[in-house]
Amino acid sequence: MRLAYYPGCALHGSSNDYEQSLRVCLGKLGVEPQEIKEWICCGATAAHALNHKLSIALPARNLALAAQQGFQELLAPCPMCSMQLLKATKLIAADAGLRREISTIVEAEASGRVKVLNLIQVLERVGLERIKAGVQKPLTELKPACYYGCLLTRPPDVVKFDDSEQPSSFESILAALGAKPVDWNFRTECCGGGMTMAKEETVLDLSRRILADAQQHGANCLATACPMCHVNLDMKQRGIEERYGVRFGLPVYYLTDLVGLALEMSSKELGIDRHFVR
Amino acid sequence: MSRIGVFVCWCGENIARTVDVAEVATAAAKIPGVRCSVHYKYMCSDPGQAMIRERIESEKLDGMVVASCSPHMHLKTFRKTAQRAGLNPYLVEMANIREHCSWVHRDRSQATAKAAEIIRMSVEKVRQNHALEAIRVPVTRRALVIGGGVAGIQAALDIADAGYEVVMVEREPSIGGKMAGLSETFPTLDCSQCILTPRMVEVGQHPRIKLYSYSEVEGVNGFVGNFTAKIRRKARYVDISRCTGCGECWNVCPLKRNPSEFDFKMGTRPAIYVPFPQAVPARPVIDSKTCAKLIRNGCGLCAKKCPTGAINFQDTDEVIEEKVGAIVVATGYQLYDIGKQQTGKLGGYGEYGYGKYKDVIDSLQFERLVSASGPTNGVIKRPSDGAEPKNVVFISCVGSRDCAKGLSYCSKICCMYTAKHTMLYKHKVHDGQAHVFYMDIRSGGKGYEEFVRRAIEQNGAQYYRGRVSKITEQNGKLIVRGADTLAGTPVVIAADLVVLASAMRPSPGVTDLARMLNVGYDEHGFLLESHPKLRPVETNAAGVFICGACHSPKDIPESVAQASAAAAKTQILFAAEELTREPEIAQINEQTCAACYACFRTCPYHAIEQAEVRTPRGVFVKKTARVNPGLCMGCGTCVTVCPSKSAELEGFTEQQIYSMVESLA
Repeated sequence: MRLAYYPGCALHGSSNDYEQSLRVCLGKLGVEPQEIKEWICCGATAAHALNHKLSIALPARNLALAAQQGFQELLAPCPMCSMQLLKATKLIAADAGLRREISTIVEAEASGRVKVLNLIQVLERVGLERIKAGVQKPLTELKPACYYGCLLTRPPDVVKFDDSEQPSSFESILAALGAKPVDWNFRTECCGGGMTMAKEETVLDLSRRILADAQQHGANCLATACPMCHVNLDMKQRGIEERYGVRFGLPVYYLTDLVGLALEMSSKELGIDRHFVR
Repeated sequence: MSRIGVFVCWCGENIARTVDVAEVATAAAKIPGVRCSVHYKYMCSDPGQAMIRERIESEKLDGMVVASCSPHMHLKTFRKTAQRAGLNPYLVEMANIREHCSWVHRDRSQATAKAAEIIRMSVEKVRQNHALEAIRVPVTRRALVIGGGVAGIQAALDIADAGYEVVMVEREPSIGGKMAGLSETFPTLDCSQCILTPRMVEVGQHPRIKLYSYSEVEGVNGFVGNFTAKIRRKARYVDISRCTGCGECWNVCPLKRNPSEFDFKMGTRPAIYVPFPQAVPARPVIDSKTCAKLIRNGCGLCAKKCPTGAINFQDTDEVIEEKVGAIVVATGYQLYDIGKQQTGKLGGYGEYGYGKYKDVIDSLQFERLVSASGPTNGVIKRPSDGAEPKNVVFISCVGSRDCAKGLSYCSKICCMYTAKHTMLYKHKVHDGQAHVFYMDIRSGGKGYEEFVRRAIEQNGAQYYRGRVSKITEQNGKLIVRGADTLAGTPVVIAADLVVLASAMRPSPGVTDLARMLNVGYDEHGFLLESHPKLRPVETNAAGVFICGACHSPKDIPESVAQASAAAAKTQILFAAEELTREPEIAQINEQTCAACYACFRTCPYHAIEQAEVRTPRGVFVKKTARVNPGLCMGCGTCVTVCPSKSAELEGFTEQQIYSMVESLA
């Protein structure tokens, strides 16, 4: 699978443990995502709050670069990035005038032909059967709460991925690894996201609810595919425990951490040793 | 034709303000062949019509043009006028100088010139008209009623009581429809079954009603007054003429735990069952998907136990033909299946966890829960553990009024039945609390608003104006998170039971039926009436009437009223021995027809037949297309597709159209 890789700012910065994890894990599965040269920011929450056209132009530039560099498929492991890329794809496809205008702005042909995939979709491409066959160390002790976050399945008409309110694809992958995903309530709730900068108490409260619900439903860890969620649930977990006088002690894994562990890779290789909650 | 009369109408000021009617009349008088040309203030009035009649007689007119309003408005009026004066009504043409001219122009001189041109064209047209006679077709005075819910029952009984035969077809094993499963009905809280079951029995015993239960209409041919319906009687595996309904069979059946369709899966039934005790016919049916005998030739206990030998495992589907003259469609509704994402635009409502949490149910399931004949005998027990729910949340508009992932329309009855549900709940669980999340309370109807006020003020239902965003489960409680937009606060309720007022949608398969009957339907699958105000139960297919929720969401009183209206329309049709139909229909020139059958394939009314031309002695000459005058609606589609120009529309021949266009040059 020739696959473009769009890291986005998070995977090159605060969440480089995520990049480490997915690179080694996918490598073991025979997928070598190639980073797009000269990629730029996807715009995230900032761009569309300021200027609608900018919020299309930024992801469109990245899509155009991927196409120029000969890719047909692109992995965007951060759900915010993949949503912004998909939104731009959708808007460009629907409006020829906009497509021409954006092409002029980004100085490249914005065609919307590159298919954007999230991490779960890439693993589904590899195939559940193939992953299952490669499992050396089944994760039978793990009872993960699969946390999709708010963006992986939303907005449904943009991302067109799984059931937006009651998704199940994450659980299917972890079940293939021998883990026993728990049925819980907060799979698609918001963790507070970028509010962590502006108003931390909101994030602490929202993330507390997620952790509490996971714990109540018998989870012994959480699994996520979003760098921002990981920051809020892992790095802030100690702070949440202190603020609310509770105790969770729930490790938060990236999806590829768990796949990697089942494929008999070490915590160090995957970067799990750099997480806050162990 | 050379003695044409032109009658220019002022329509009060409507035409005369913009068009110089005197000048137009003078101009028309100069057209060759026009014998007389006059103008008058109101041509449609009694004196106006008298003037027309007088001129027809005195001038011996052989054709006439009325220059006035749209033919939709008054063509019939003036045709009758002509007929009374002895002129064939099809020698009358209308020149529309109101909608097409005076109403849409400001400049008087230009409008006057245009009116004169319009009249000139009509004169050219009428010049080539010829006398036509209305087509007469016999009527089979027997009605088919499709659907045996409350609307179908009402329509069938009205028609049968008026003295005509009725054939009723019901898809389920029993008639009664959704109403048979309801608990009590708003706004008077009558017991639904108590008022419906006597009507069901009446249908079952009526000497003029032939009931096909567990049957479906598979095809309809023919035209108004002369339909042939193909009815598939699904294999019931029980001979209902021998069966006495004693119940030995369903008591002995070991496979008792199949989800009951009638209870919307809130209860169970055996593999051989009657859907409910008051079923009509009160005869069982074997579910071929669960019966051990039918699946793997096991069991067979019911046949051994049956005292009359009515069980027949070899039973097969049977297709029967019935001839009828009118059809009443009363196929009713289903609820939006909100649990899962659906095809197309309907996104489902996964956030409410319907199908995931046992204690999230829809409103029809709640009806069974409070119904005395329901699976809990009317005791309110929640499905998960049978406990009495102390906090019940009702959510209205689930799937209705939601353009994003539901349906754009209002389902109309949910506000009322939700108020009723809170009341029935409070009557049974005195220390319980009902909570309602709503968008607006729509309670238009006799005694309806008072009923809702009673639910709130006397029965203490707590209403929140706002939506619910998510339902989750925690420690056996359903955590309902919503908003109270009047108070401007979030609301969280730990509920024991949640009832969703899901949107009403037309029954499955109704669009197939509509296509069979040539009845239109809207984007949601609701059937279309031919005029929203003046022809509410007629359709654009002559002789096919609609009533009840197949047309739009409706409550019981409205469905019943509409059903009686459809029955009245049927009786009007049956009052005459013959039907007259407009003769302005297509004709095929069989000499030039190449039998390519392009018209046969395109005709939207299936009015073209593949026929043969034979000599009087029966020797085959050629194949041809032929128009069935009973079916043709005169739309002219065949004329446009015919490559050999063999199709013509009476009263609108190509020659006439060309002459009209040429008269402008």
